[in-house]
Amino acid sequence: MFIINCENLSIGYKDKVILKNLNFSIGENDYLYIIGENGSGKSTLIKSLLKLLKPISGKIDYCAGLKSKEIGYLPQQSSIQRDFPASVEEIVLSGSINRLGLKPFYTPKNKKKARHNMELMKIEDIKNESYQNLSGGQQQRVLLARALTSGSKALLLDEPVTGLDPIAASDMYSLIETINKEYRIAVIMVSHDMNAALKYATHILHLANDEVFFGTVDQYRNSEIHKRFYGGGIYE
Amino acid sequence: MNEFFNVLSYAFIQRALIVGVLISLCSALLGVNLVLKRYSMIGDGLSHVGFGALAIAAAAGLSPLPIAIIIVIISAILLLKMTNSGKIKGESAIAVISASALAIGVITVSVTGSNTDLSNYMFGSILAISNFDAVLTVILSIIIIVIYILFYNRIFAITFDEDFAKATGVKVSLFNTVLAILTAVTVVVGMRLMGALLVSSLIIFPPLCAIKLCKNFKGVTVLSAILSIVSFLAGLFLSYVLSFPTGATIVITNLILLILSLIIKAITNKINLKKSKKTL
Repeated sequence: MFIINCENLSIGYKDKVILKNLNFSIGENDYLYIIGENGSGKSTLIKSLLKLLKPISGKIDYCAGLKSKEIGYLPQQSSIQRDFPASVEEIVLSGSINRLGLKPFYTPKNKKKARHNMELMKIEDIKNESYQNLSGGQQQRVLLARALTSGSKALLLDEPVTGLDPIAASDMYSLIETINKEYRIAVIMVSHDMNAALKYATHILHLANDEVFFGTVDQYRNSEIHKRFYGGGIYE
Repeated sequence: MNEFFNVLSYAFIQRALIVGVLISLCSALLGVNLVLKRYSMIGDGLSHVGFGALAIAAAAGLSPLPIAIIIVIISAILLLKMTNSGKIKGESAIAVISASALAIGVITVSVTGSNTDLSNYMFGSILAISNFDAVLTVILSIIIIVIYILFYNRIFAITFDEDFAKATGVKVSLFNTVLAILTAVTVVVGMRLMGALLVSSLIIFPPLCAIKLCKNFKGVTVLSAILSIVSFLAGLFLSYVLSFPTGATIVITNLILLILSLIIKAITNKINLKKSKKTL
């Protein structure tokens, strides 16, 4: 069953089309890697999937009860965050912001969910620590826990391992794999890491200038675009 | 000391205390957001706009405070729009608006002749605050505090991570506009207390101290509010005892608290370093 379905989608800004005629869909338990060079339109696609940008033409359908604001989003870190005085618990709890509705404060149910996600991400023991004092890997786990708190059907992760050391990066990959396989949450990952894409993804969306590939990871291995960009086979 | 408590029975002192505590509270709360988002110079810029607006209102014979509030709110929203659209970088946008407003104010004053009311706004005159201004300030401050508490969780979310907040459906630009309006109102009513030249210190000093000392956002917010009220009361008391100008004395008590916070931070850092060395 699909949760997101894009048909003849063209996206971009007022007078500038950045990607056109995109056709792809994401299933309930898929692990989709979006790869492409800088400037290929990855960020524009993220904004469109989160409904922060209106499609120029075509449509994005959210199915199976998924709402765009319930996609758990992990954005790239901003410079403000690095020395921000907030506790781990405060940040994870803020993932429930989309469930506040008209209420001013979080409910015990919201707090329970945040606690549960902190346990999953193994950050329960540092919940009172300040975000600014954490290591890069811990910070990303906090943001992943927050993403899980806001979305329980799909996650959208924007280069979550950028800047992490190899051990922290591989921890992050295995956490994301667990989320996808054991908790059956769809994962959309924007990344440069081709090795990881071939290892973990079920589907790949490759954006290159005027060419777009979408298919399963096996189809991608044998595709022209993969061979041309990466010489094919060398990651086997 | 006894004399000081006798003074508390005067109506104008009571008025000053109530108005001062409320303004200190508002500026400390909003300041946390501004300092963390690297917008702390906005308070400074807006106070100059407030000065220009007061000069024009006084020259036209209009009631200064309401006019200044309206003009400063409009400039705050303009400033926000300019910063967000990226046409002019934030810092330069603030400098452009504040210098222009100050120039307009100074020309207006020199053309229409100097005005005591205006010098009150320039350097603060909490003891000479009128009944109308006091009531207006109390009402506005309470509105600001209630809005801040009701939207506290949303304010945290957009301060920490605007992109995430947007994606989860928080109306980020609406809340940024609300914060800009609240800041504008606080700056104008704060000018009564501190004067246009010093009001931005109310917004910047207490949050800076609290950020140095606290690990979480709630702690920073609460401590910032407490420190702001403490330094206001201490400043008012000292200015009375030493016959110093009130606004400037409050800035100095704030500065002393900031230096103390920096020292405490340095000491706790050293202790933590020793502890972590021991565990290693």
